[in-house]
Amino acid sequence: MYDVNEIRADFPILSRKVNGQPLTYLDNGASAQKPQVVIDAVTRAYAEEYANVHRGLHYLSNLATEKYEGVRGIIARFLGVSDEEQIVLNSGTTEGINLIAYGWAMPRFEAGDEVILSVMEHHANIVPWHFLRERQGAVLKWVDVDSTGALDPQAVIDAITPRTKLIALTHMSNVLGTKVDVKTICEAARAKGVPVLVDGSQAAVHMPVNVEELGCDFYAITGHKLYGPSGSGAIFIHKDRMDEMQPFIGGGDMIREVTKDEVIYNDPPMKFEAGTPGIVQTIGLGVALDYMMGIGMPAIAAHEDALRDYARMKLDGLNWLQVQGTTPDKGAIFSFTLDGAAHAHDISTILDKKGVAVRAGQHCTGPLMEYLGLGATCRASFGMYNTTEEVDRLVEALELAHELFA
Amino acid sequence: MASAAFEEIIEDFEFLEDWEDRYRYVIERGKAMTPLDGALKVPATKVDGCASQVWLHPQITNGQFRFDGDSDAMIVRGLIAVLQALYNDLPLSDVGKVDARAEFARLGLTDHLSAQRSNGLRAMIERIRDTAATAT
Repeated sequence: MYDVNEIRADFPILSRKVNGQPLTYLDNGASAQKPQVVIDAVTRAYAEEYANVHRGLHYLSNLATEKYEGVRGIIARFLGVSDEEQIVLNSGTTEGINLIAYGWAMPRFEAGDEVILSVMEHHANIVPWHFLRERQGAVLKWVDVDSTGALDPQAVIDAITPRTKLIALTHMSNVLGTKVDVKTICEAARAKGVPVLVDGSQAAVHMPVNVEELGCDFYAITGHKLYGPSGSGAIFIHKDRMDEMQPFIGGGDMIREVTKDEVIYNDPPMKFEAGTPGIVQTIGLGVALDYMMGIGMPAIAAHEDALRDYARMKLDGLNWLQVQGTTPDKGAIFSFTLDGAAHAHDISTILDKKGVAVRAGQHCTGPLMEYLGLGATCRASFGMYNTTEEVDRLVEALELAHELFA
Repeated sequence: MASAAFEEIIEDFEFLEDWEDRYRYVIERGKAMTPLDGALKVPATKVDGCASQVWLHPQITNGQFRFDGDSDAMIVRGLIAVLQALYNDLPLSDVGKVDARAEFARLGLTDHLSAQRSNGLRAMIERIRDTAATAT
């Protein structure tokens, strides 16, 4: 465990006020705030070290390239990947999953082939597979969660048929906080020759992740949730899968030679990184991940587990509030509704007046909301810098909302 | 000067110092408003551009404008009730003359509404103005 006030001091935005109240930022599931080291890195990159990467032979281009390429190794270390050539840099999970849909799945899916999804996937891990359904007749097979929000690994494994070409699952639900036992699923799937894609957008922020131990084929992360700049991210692609992939976006950087008659592609991973990338964003992401690893992912997880337990205890004490997702080991993500007619947007409006930032709506999880029978929920999602005092402020604001809408 | 019904709200607001009481007042107005008949909650009456679901059902009788409305969010329902006070029973030709944003600013409500909600308010006002303009 660490001194959370020391961590908070690293994040300048946390000391600002909102609506005359101290900011209580509980919308980390949507995007996390940035530590000063990341802000400084972005400023420095533009002020002193900026040029395009991989192109020029001049001093600044070499410097920028060195900084940018260094991030590949940082991400590999962060994800427990021994060979950094298996890391493709991109703008985030949405791009990462689309790359797999277009580059890996489309060339090998035939009509009737199946992709297995859980009902709690984020739209970023649903819509690319709908593309496959619309364009190539792929079948989306949905595995439900139980009443606590848990996903039984065996239910996923049982859903595998000879037509299953891919399993695509979240590692941690952005709505329920549910952690998925990806390792068990990967073991069984590998035995049946079915690759597994893991959406690590939430999980990688809140707990140590070791991709090689999990045994998955694809693992996507997104920088802006990892205390890094928006527009940064990466996907781990197992070397064997990378060899099977076609390039997705074409342009500069991903080619070695272009003539009027043919294209010779660059070697992976650059084969999958077309155009001028998010140079500065990626450099900032590297600094953010170094910052997280400096604190230690086990320490971050321990802090957030304690916050989760405290928040659960406090929220359980409100008998007019229903939390969705009650697995004991869930991440510190609480989606809830209030008894009565108050809409999630009503509640979030009152919380905002009290300086408490939460998200209200469907959280990009239409199928889950339909499954839960809910139009919308409010979601309080915690990060490494949140405190038990902030849980108290959330509860106090909720009590006001409850009273106003009763 | 706006309608008497709206001026009454302005007067009430003068007694409500803090934002909680003002919200409470708006929410109560919404609760007191007659709900829109379910059969009228159709795509034609739905107002896009709001964070929550909103329906407006305008009626023009003998050159007079009025509308009924509803929302699944309680604060928005309250705002619809305030809009009713602002617009209902105006001569059709006067609807376009109402400066709704300025009137809401007199209530201090625009400051208190999130951007998404303000957008919803704007979308509702646009719908009212368009309906009246088309009927004129």
